[in-house]
Amino acid sequence: MSSRIKIRAQHADGITEVKALMRHPMETGMRKDQAGESIPAHFITEVAVFHGERPVMQGYWGAAVSANPFLGVRFKGGEAGDIVKVTWLDNQGGTGEGETAIR
Amino acid sequence: MIKQTQLAGFSRRRFLGWTALVSAAVAVPARVWAWARPEAAFVATGIDEALAGLGGTPTVHEAIQFTTPDIAENGAVVPIRIEVDSAALPNVSKVSVLVEMNPNPMAAVFDIAPDTEVYIETRVKVAQTCNLYAVVEADGQLYMQSRETKVTLGGCGG
Amino acid sequence: MTRTWVWIVAVLAMPALSGDGIFDEYRDLMGDDNPAIFVIDEGEALWFEPQGPLAVSLEDCDLGLGAGVTEGAYARFPRYFEDAKTVMDVESRLLHCMETLQGRDRNALLIKPYSLRGDLGTELEALVTWLAAESEGAVIAPEQTHASERAMYALGEEIFFYRAGPHDFSCATCHEQSNMRIRLQALPNLTDHGDAAATFGSWPAYRISEGLVRTMGWRLQDCFRQQRWPGLKLGSEVSIALQTYMAVNAAGGVMAAPGLKR
Repeated sequence: MSSRIKIRAQHADGITEVKALMRHPMETGMRKDQAGESIPAHFITEVAVFHGERPVMQGYWGAAVSANPFLGVRFKGGEAGDIVKVTWLDNQGGTGEGETAIR
Repeated sequence: MIKQTQLAGFSRRRFLGWTALVSAAVAVPARVWAWARPEAAFVATGIDEALAGLGGTPTVHEAIQFTTPDIAENGAVVPIRIEVDSAALPNVSKVSVLVEMNPNPMAAVFDIAPDTEVYIETRVKVAQTCNLYAVVEADGQLYMQSRETKVTLGGCGG
Repeated sequence: MTRTWVWIVAVLAMPALSGDGIFDEYRDLMGDDNPAIFVIDEGEALWFEPQGPLAVSLEDCDLGLGAGVTEGAYARFPRYFEDAKTVMDVESRLLHCMETLQGRDRNALLIKPYSLRGDLGTELEALVTWLAAESEGAVIAPEQTHASERAMYALGEEIFFYRAGPHDFSCATCHEQSNMRIRLQALPNLTDHGDAAATFGSWPAYRISEGLVRTMGWRLQDCFRQQRWPGLKLGSEVSIALQTYMAVNAAGGVMAAPGLKR
C-alpha cells in the first residue's frame, strides 16, 4: 500500500528543512458532487512533525488548507540519518503517518 | 511559445529525497502539548471574529516575512510562506494563516516548539481575490502581516 | 543520466513566451511538490494487482515494446497493434489488456473511466499516470511506420481544422495561433512543434482546480464539451486521430509527465 505522506528532509548549515506532501481530499463539506449530492466534510484537523521523539511543530488545520496538502517546516539541528516523522488526524478519525531519514 | 515552466512536468526520478517509510502501526498522533484547537477561530465567518478567536487584534510587524503570489493560477491551491526573523521578533510560539474572504477565514494555526525555526510553507484555498493574513503570537502579543492575492479565472469556464 | 540531460536540454532549448510569466511567482512558490506522485504509486500498484474473472495482473500487457515493458512505452503512442488490427492510444490499449488478459467487461470499464467531481481518481487515470512517469525523459516518438498510423495522423489533422457545432469551433480556433490566451490561460499552438511538445509532454497532469490527475483523453473530451461538440468517446477513432496529430507534431520533444496544471 502506498504511503499517505511523502516526506523529504535535508540539512544544511545547522538547519533541517522538512517538506511533506499528504494524500487527503481536504473536503470542505460545501461542495456538491456531479449528482448534486453534498460531499461530506473530510479534512485533516491536526498535524505534527517530529524530529526523533521530539515534536517540532503541531498544527490545527481547517478545511481551507488545500487538497493533498503540502507542509514545509524548518528546525535547528538534525543530522543525516535522524528520523523525521509527520502524523495527521482528520475529522472522521482517519490517521496518516510517514517518516524519512534526514539527508 | 509556451514557457516550459507553465507546463513543467514533475520528475519523480530526478527529484531527490522523497522517501516514505511507513510505520507498521499507524498511531493516532499524541497531543504533544496541552493546547486546545481554537475552535471559535475556525468557525468564525468574518475576519474580525476569527482574529478575536486567536486572542485579540494583531499589530503589523516588519519581522514577519509573508510570501504569497500576487496572482494565483487557481484559488484551490495558493502556496504561501511565513518566516520570522527571530532576532527581530523572538519567542514566537504560534503562527496562523487567515484568508479574509473565505467562508471561514481561519485556515491553519501552527504551534512552534523552541529550537524550531519560525518557517511555515503550506498551500491554502482562496475563494476570491482578497487579503491573506499571517498572524504570529510572541510573548502573549499578536503581530501580523497581510498581502493581497488575486485569484483568477482561467480557461473556457463552463 | 542521459534522460535527465535530454530533459534539461529540451527545457533550455525552448524560448520563453515573451510578455508571459504572469504565473511565474506562483509556480516558483509551488515548487516541485506535485501531488501526482501519489497517483503514480497508485497506478503502479494497480498494474501489479490481479483483477477480473481471470485474476491476473496487467504485467503481461504489451504496450508496443513487448509484453510487460512499461519503461518508455507511453512516449511511443498512439500506435498500431497487430493483435487488435487498429491504432490505439494508451487508454484504449489498457482497456484492451484489461479485457483480454484479465477477462474484464469492456462496457463496464467504459461506464466511468474518468473521475467526476468529488472523486479521488479512477483506475485508468492512475495507470496512465504511472505509465507516463515510466516514460519520463523519453523522447516523444509516436509510431508512424504503419499505413494505418499515417492515416490516423491525416485524419487527426483534418479534424483539427474541421469547424462544427453551434459555435462553429474547430480545435484550430483556439490552438492554431501562438501567444494567445483565454482569460489568463495561455493557449498552446498545437501546429507548432515547440508548443505541441510542451503540451503533449505534460499530460497526464495533476489539475490543481480538481485535485485529480487528468489524462490527455480526458482533456480532449473536455475540449469537445467546451466547444459544444458531441461527446468524445474514449478510444474512438476521433480521439485517437487527434492524439496522433498532436503526438506527431510533438515528436522529438521530451515527456515530462505527470505535469502540474491549473
